[in-house]
Amino acid sequence: MDLTLKIWRQENPKAKGKFETYKVTGISTECSFLEMLDILNETLIDKVQLPINFDHDCREGICGMCSLYINGRPHGPDDEVTTCQLHMRKFKDGDTIVIEPWRSKAFPVIKDLMINRNAFDEIIQAGGYVSVTTGGIPDANSIPINRADAELAMDAAACIGCGACVAACKNASAMLFVAAKVSQFALLPQGKMEAQARVEAMVAKMDELGFGNCTNTYACEAECPKQISADNIARMNREFFCAKVS
Amino acid sequence: MTQLNSKIPQGPLAEKWSHYKAHQNLVNPPNKPKLDIIVVGTGLAGASAAASLGALGFKVKIFCIQDSPRRAHSIAAQGGINAAKNYPNDGDSVYRLFYDTIKGGDYRAREANVHRLAEVSNSIIDQCVAQGVPFARDYSGLLDNRSFGGAQVSRTFYARGQTGQQLLLGAYGALSHQIKLGNVKLYTRQEMMDVVLVEGKARGIITRNLVSGELEKHFGHAVVVATGGYGNVYFLSTNAMNSNTSAIWQIYKRGAFFANPCYVQIHPTCIPVHGDYQSKLTLMSESLRNDGRIWVPKNKEDAEKIRKKQMNAIELKEEDRDYFLERRYPAFGNLVPRDVASRAAKERCDAGFGVGTTGLAVYLDFKDSIKRLGKDVIEERYGNLFQMYEKIVDENPYNNPMMIYPAVHYTMGGTWVDYELQSTIPGLFVAGEANFSDHGANRLGASALMQGLSDGYFVLPYTIQNYLSKDIKVPRMSTDAPEFVETEKAVKDRLDKLMGIKGNKSVDYFHKKLGHIMWENVGMGRTAERLQKAIDLIKELKKEFWSDLRIPGDNNGVNTELEKATRVADFIELGELMAIDALQREESCGGHFREEHQTPEGEAKRNDDDFKFVGAWEYKGENETPVLHKEPLVYESIEVKQRDYK
Repeated sequence: MDLTLKIWRQENPKAKGKFETYKVTGISTECSFLEMLDILNETLIDKVQLPINFDHDCREGICGMCSLYINGRPHGPDDEVTTCQLHMRKFKDGDTIVIEPWRSKAFPVIKDLMINRNAFDEIIQAGGYVSVTTGGIPDANSIPINRADAELAMDAAACIGCGACVAACKNASAMLFVAAKVSQFALLPQGKMEAQARVEAMVAKMDELGFGNCTNTYACEAECPKQISADNIARMNREFFCAKVS
Repeated sequence: MTQLNSKIPQGPLAEKWSHYKAHQNLVNPPNKPKLDIIVVGTGLAGASAAASLGALGFKVKIFCIQDSPRRAHSIAAQGGINAAKNYPNDGDSVYRLFYDTIKGGDYRAREANVHRLAEVSNSIIDQCVAQGVPFARDYSGLLDNRSFGGAQVSRTFYARGQTGQQLLLGAYGALSHQIKLGNVKLYTRQEMMDVVLVEGKARGIITRNLVSGELEKHFGHAVVVATGGYGNVYFLSTNAMNSNTSAIWQIYKRGAFFANPCYVQIHPTCIPVHGDYQSKLTLMSESLRNDGRIWVPKNKEDAEKIRKKQMNAIELKEEDRDYFLERRYPAFGNLVPRDVASRAAKERCDAGFGVGTTGLAVYLDFKDSIKRLGKDVIEERYGNLFQMYEKIVDENPYNNPMMIYPAVHYTMGGTWVDYELQSTIPGLFVAGEANFSDHGANRLGASALMQGLSDGYFVLPYTIQNYLSKDIKVPRMSTDAPEFVETEKAVKDRLDKLMGIKGNKSVDYFHKKLGHIMWENVGMGRTAERLQKAIDLIKELKKEFWSDLRIPGDNNGVNTELEKATRVADFIELGELMAIDALQREESCGGHFREEHQTPEGEAKRNDDDFKFVGAWEYKGENETPVLHKEPLVYESIEVKQRDYK
């Protein structure tokens, strides 16, 4: 198929970016979206032009490195996939596709479609872990965990930290990301010990880094490639409330 | 000449590690913060090492090329992690895990290392559970296990089809905790370009900041390289796009021997190749072989019809299907080790029984399991994998059997290390897939995660102390020292040389061409003739690369083409060494299958008399022939036999 691409180009974080238009032809429907961009980049390199920079790594939907706001949707038109798993069969011959980076104050653009998501690491560093150090741990089966809770914890832990929730939110809120980590540990006995300090520290860091507030639009849940449920936000709010009143 | 000293402790096998720990030198608490350790890579091995060393009180600097430590490719491991817990009461033990791993590796791994790995495997599970890793559990709330290839017990712990992700996030959490405490400093989007040697010891690294393009010098009393494997030498593999060999290749060129480069694991269950624009291959977890049955049509005519889409797989009658693994290996069936399963699939396809439009695919069928267990159970076990398959292939695997074909997945070879995981450069340690140590000529499923975490959580924290105990009086060095300046200049010259070629072809052109040479000639079946051909072709490719490469832009800022070029330059050189190594190894073992050396039934035929050794290569300079050093493999605790899965 033949496509017209309107792609955001930005030289560096300080530069003023703009859309450039490109044409690609003869793209197979079996091709993935990022492979289509690879093909475009090869043609740019042939013309001694700078290729379009975008983040990507595993290309199997798990590392969370790829992003892209495609036709107004984080990770594009398909549901439950990251951009790297989006395939061109979801588009039609002759389509125009608009490709932008995530837009959020907390995720500044580095170049073109590459963004800086260090803010997510900083939130985790604020308390998104159980503070055990290596060694001296009792047998794994000495902590039995209700299977339903373990499954719910796994649902929350499946977050890949891509930032689509922030990109989808009109307030650029990181609530779903933070809530997923808070929930995982709130549901498990291992996480209970530090539950109060954890939720307070992570929320404070989230606010400090310039993410917006949650106004319950659930756009995050709708766009999450890993179907992280907004129920986690309710659970985090409950945890946060308990921490504040205790 | 450097002598290989594996430093295996004395004493009976099962007591070696405790003996080592009881007698090693330690660094006392007040001295630890005076010692700097550099860790390169944030996968399971790197993150767990940095977190553990930071918790001990050392000052750690950790580097990754991605935007966050959580992106490392360990995240993509699906199926599980082995441990000898014997929770299912099915006869497992430390010895059995050790035995299966040695046998699975086709008797080409070091006994003492593998036994240690089996010993610490249980602590890894304890550690991960304490971190809040949500492993699968049964209804009593206890941990669940599944079985994996090459074993007759169920010893694999798992978190749905995302075990690697959950273990990595556990290690990333531990790492983040140490970053918060100030014991570890994190550097993202930084690539190690070279190691700095001072008086023969590793004392730092040169990195390139991938955002600014600037080179940076970093000092460490010791350096840990945990940068993963080199499967991307084949261009198409299940590795992440940015996985590369450059860190271990640069240390090879500085004097760290490279062991068994020809040992590559071709994983049997991957989604088949579909077009020449394809950028990577996707693995379908080995755990699928628990409930999926592998088959091809029994008659060539049926295979032909399926390839031409005149017939659908589900129309083929039961008696017209050949479940070739069950037929050839009744004892292990669909759960034979990866190398055996891959070769058997290739053999059927080469003989004309393959399916898919290319004929390079076999079926992995869940029909019987769905009938036996119900669709819900299959969905609970493998739902995310089935979804991934459907998104890529656009076919529903609940209704039609999956199509799979072998693909490059893991590299058993890597930097040669001794029992302490130290390379032939003092102070330079190598962990995880980057080293050669534990898997011999073939790795068993669910053992990579075990090894990465074993190295990082439970081995390096001991062995590095033994090394650093002699360094407590060595002050931090200035990175203005001549060794740092000279190494930085060498890196800068290399980058300038690449930028200065100004030819006509893109990096990917060369990478794909290299991948093609490697897959055709240094792939699943190898012959002396084809290996020699590969060496000749790679030499030509290297010349072409250095005279006709085009990198747009400059070196002042983000330049992904330059990043790729530095990596492909190293892959080209590594590819040649892999072929040289495969050529010298006149036997078949594990993933290394020399067609000249097979049994009448087509199984790998080892030559223990002449090749029961680790082949460690020493770099001798540009365009010089590398020198092979042999570390003999001594088996005291197990009998070396022909591997038999029948």
